[in-house]
Amino acid sequence: MPKPRQQLKNTQRERLIYRHRLMLSLLIVFLLTGIVVSRYTLLQIVDYEIYKTQSDRNRIQLLPIAPKRGLIFDRNGELLAENIPSYTLTVVRERVDDLDQTLAIIQEFVELSEEDIAQFYKGLRRRRPYQAVPLKFRLSEEEIARVAVNRHRVPGVEVDAQLVRSYPHGELFAHVLGYVGKISEREQERIDPVNYSGTHYIGKIGLEKYYEDLLHGTVGYQNVETNAHGRILRVLDSHDPIPGGSIRLHLDAQVQKVATEALGDKRGAVVAIDPRSGGIIAMVSTPSYDPNLFVSGISGTDYRALQEDPDLPLYNRVLQGQYPPASTIKPIWGLAGLYYGVVTPSTRIADPGWFSLPGGSHRYRDWKRGGHGLTVDLDDAIVQSCDVYFYELAYKLGIDRLHSFGLRFGLGATTGVDNTNERRGLMPSREWKQENRGTHWYPGETINVGIGQGFMLVTPLQLAVSTSVIASRGELRAPRLLAAVGDSPVHAPLMGQLEDVPEGAWETVIRSMERVIQGARGTARILGKDLKYSLAGKTGTAQVVSIAQGEKYDAEALELRKRDHALFVAFAPVENPEIAVAVVIENGEHGGSVAGPVARKVMDAFLLDTLAPMPEISGVSDE
Amino acid sequence: MNNGDFVRQMPGGGQGIRSDRGLSQRLRIDIPMLVLLLMLCGVGLTVLYSASDSSSAAVLRQARYMSVAVVMMLLVAQVRPDVLQRWTPLAYVGCVVLLIAVAFFGVGAKGAQRWLSLGGFRFQPSELAKLVMPMAMAWYFSSHPLPPRWRHTLTSLVVIAIPTFLVARQPDLGTSILIAMSGLFVLFLAGVSWTFILAGAASILAAAWPMWQFVLHDYQRQRILTLLNPESDKLGAGWNIIQSKTAIGSGGFDGKGWLHGTQSHLDFLPESHTDFIIAVLAEEFGLRGVLLLLLLYGLIIGRGMWIAAQAKNSFGRLLGGSIILTFFVYVFVNMGMVSGLLPVVGVPLPLVSQGGTSLVTLLAGFGILMSIRADERLVHQ
Repeated sequence: MPKPRQQLKNTQRERLIYRHRLMLSLLIVFLLTGIVVSRYTLLQIVDYEIYKTQSDRNRIQLLPIAPKRGLIFDRNGELLAENIPSYTLTVVRERVDDLDQTLAIIQEFVELSEEDIAQFYKGLRRRRPYQAVPLKFRLSEEEIARVAVNRHRVPGVEVDAQLVRSYPHGELFAHVLGYVGKISEREQERIDPVNYSGTHYIGKIGLEKYYEDLLHGTVGYQNVETNAHGRILRVLDSHDPIPGGSIRLHLDAQVQKVATEALGDKRGAVVAIDPRSGGIIAMVSTPSYDPNLFVSGISGTDYRALQEDPDLPLYNRVLQGQYPPASTIKPIWGLAGLYYGVVTPSTRIADPGWFSLPGGSHRYRDWKRGGHGLTVDLDDAIVQSCDVYFYELAYKLGIDRLHSFGLRFGLGATTGVDNTNERRGLMPSREWKQENRGTHWYPGETINVGIGQGFMLVTPLQLAVSTSVIASRGELRAPRLLAAVGDSPVHAPLMGQLEDVPEGAWETVIRSMERVIQGARGTARILGKDLKYSLAGKTGTAQVVSIAQGEKYDAEALELRKRDHALFVAFAPVENPEIAVAVVIENGEHGGSVAGPVARKVMDAFLLDTLAPMPEISGVSDE
Repeated sequence: MNNGDFVRQMPGGGQGIRSDRGLSQRLRIDIPMLVLLLMLCGVGLTVLYSASDSSSAAVLRQARYMSVAVVMMLLVAQVRPDVLQRWTPLAYVGCVVLLIAVAFFGVGAKGAQRWLSLGGFRFQPSELAKLVMPMAMAWYFSSHPLPPRWRHTLTSLVVIAIPTFLVARQPDLGTSILIAMSGLFVLFLAGVSWTFILAGAASILAAAWPMWQFVLHDYQRQRILTLLNPESDKLGAGWNIIQSKTAIGSGGFDGKGWLHGTQSHLDFLPESHTDFIIAVLAEEFGLRGVLLLLLLYGLIIGRGMWIAAQAKNSFGRLLGGSIILTFFVYVFVNMGMVSGLLPVVGVPLPLVSQGGTSLVTLLAGFGILMSIRADERLVHQ
């Protein structure tokens, strides 16, 4: 019967169905309401006693226990970062009746700065119930005594013993270790609030920040019962925190010290790497600062002084300083010439003391007027640091080949070192020029790159890495500070291996680098005296085109800061290199005589120091 | 001034009960419902005063939101159901467009993208969807013979799925479930066959595992796991549930008294003004208070169902029924999650939890109910 089905609506039937469904819904509503009622009855009548006790026990709370931060050792087991007890005045808000009055009483026996109070109120806003909020850090012995005497007047106020970070070597490792400081609001949002519930400090910069997860550990907790006055009566149950991992570094405190002393009051950087492992033996940036100042919260005055110091002590020159590599790049470009078959070791180039592009009239001058002889070969060019040879070599290689060859030595890219704020330097290319300067590449710019000037910039760390690539005959390794976590060694990743290098090319260049020190005309022959191991190196003197950082200097200082930077790279022993060093001294002028001796002292300290026998570091082997 | 005085001053105002009806009818207001809702708001403000540590500023702010929402409700009540019905398809399309816009231009916080910012004014299209969804479904079924055939049932599922999916991926699981439910309620009330309901239930069960694996976010999975074993994560996700259960349980039958809840006042209870406010009420007023609150909700739901049942056409019936059932779901889910029966899915306790947006949506829904009621009485006269 199709007709009735055509009918639009059967209102009566719809109403009936609807009523049924609504009644059914009502039934379900009753049923679910019944469940809710029984749930609340269960909680509020049947289990009332249980929850009543638990509610009372909330005055007995879960106290987070901060884990001990992992220690940091150098390769010989010397402590570089430790934890020392410090006493903090804390307040538990829940146990204080009148906060203003309590603060006023405290001020009678402990001096509180406005900053202390502001920090306290900040902490108050983001605490867990019954969590003690720090009011004043680093109480003196006398203050602790005065608090003890007055404690009955201020319930809820306690002295907490805590472990805080301390850097026994102070300035010596500031740039490489970094420091911890109080957790900032921004960090608060990022970190796991549970795991950091008992922790006041976090790694801010350097290794402390890089290995924060490793060093921090895992929070523990304690269920403690307290009486009405907030005194802890007993511990109900506890869960020990897991201390952060202690780490051992490749750094050698002795070598670090020697390097720092060798730099003296000069502004500069020293990096020493073990080419076999990529392990960083020393990493120095001068001037430095005392990281301990930052742990307890540096005062505004101290911080301004550091910031406004024209010598930039907060600036980590090793990772952030970008300098033209100058002549230290020459061995690498020499290798590039051999690698691409543009020259052979016996190829000789005419050296009138200047170079001109074919068809060009501009004369690119050598640093030595009149040149280094009628003709020079690769060995002469490296030993005497002949510019004309490398002008022509660079011209023949072209920027594309220079760029890609430079990359294989770790230039123009971050090295992947385990530290923060590393800059990448600059290994220029056509693409870079187009993107950043909006114009194409000029051949004259290639000529400048040939002697490590022009656009080219490297960090001292990159300089050390590229030197260790030469030392290891082609292995590019990410430099590593971390040698081991607890007892487990950590291996540095191998980033690349330069293969298909013509037979003897490495030795050709390395021999020339040896003659830089031992040859009669070597630019660093001053270092050859009393040498007890074989040493290969290269000097460099970088023109200061513009003032780094755009700081304002007075005229006299400006003159000083216009002087050339002194650079030196070296490795030893030549046959089986154990250390590669890069030294940059800002405005030091002479690579050979100013930067060279610093490198020599570092290598002497590492290779010859017999005071402490060097234990075999696990994790240095390549396999 | 009592109502009677007001009525006598009205031109043409009659006498006694009949005139009172006349007035509420002219204003299109359902007086019993209005009184019940205002009582509920009063409960909300009372508990909020305690939950906010006696902050009159918080209470005043909430009272301001409430006034705005009540005005909104009264305005919505002025729109006749047939007008509403006519504009429904457009409203649905507009709402979907806005939800898509959220996906592209939305702003948000904590990884969720839920808001549209229009010249400084922030607005959450998913709230609109809560109202538009039951309207769209009621519109669809009121233009087809009921009970719905399979073809219509399946089409209606698409109507439900689009906004649900868009809200779910914001992500806002709680709201998307509420939106889907408000649509499914219409389907249920329209008389969808039991075969279909059973098949649907079976496929939801079958889809549970893939949902768990692929659709839920880590934090959502965590919440469900925490529900099963809150002790597993005492300082973290389990904290809320442990503390709210403690608050409720320690209230007992009589409660600790207004402003005397230790759980809430010592800050053990998180989100005590918003989703967890029932725990404050349960702690301070005890089971007695909880039962009275449930009675209030029960009266509202009863009145709402009665209005829906009386509606003059299927659009009004279906829409009214869905609105009131969804309201119940709010109450059930909130009270269930705070007492540890259900996972924590950000559903407020209607008209009691602090917050402006859901208040406006909820009361707008009651505005629609009032309009349906006014319409029905017109017919009766």
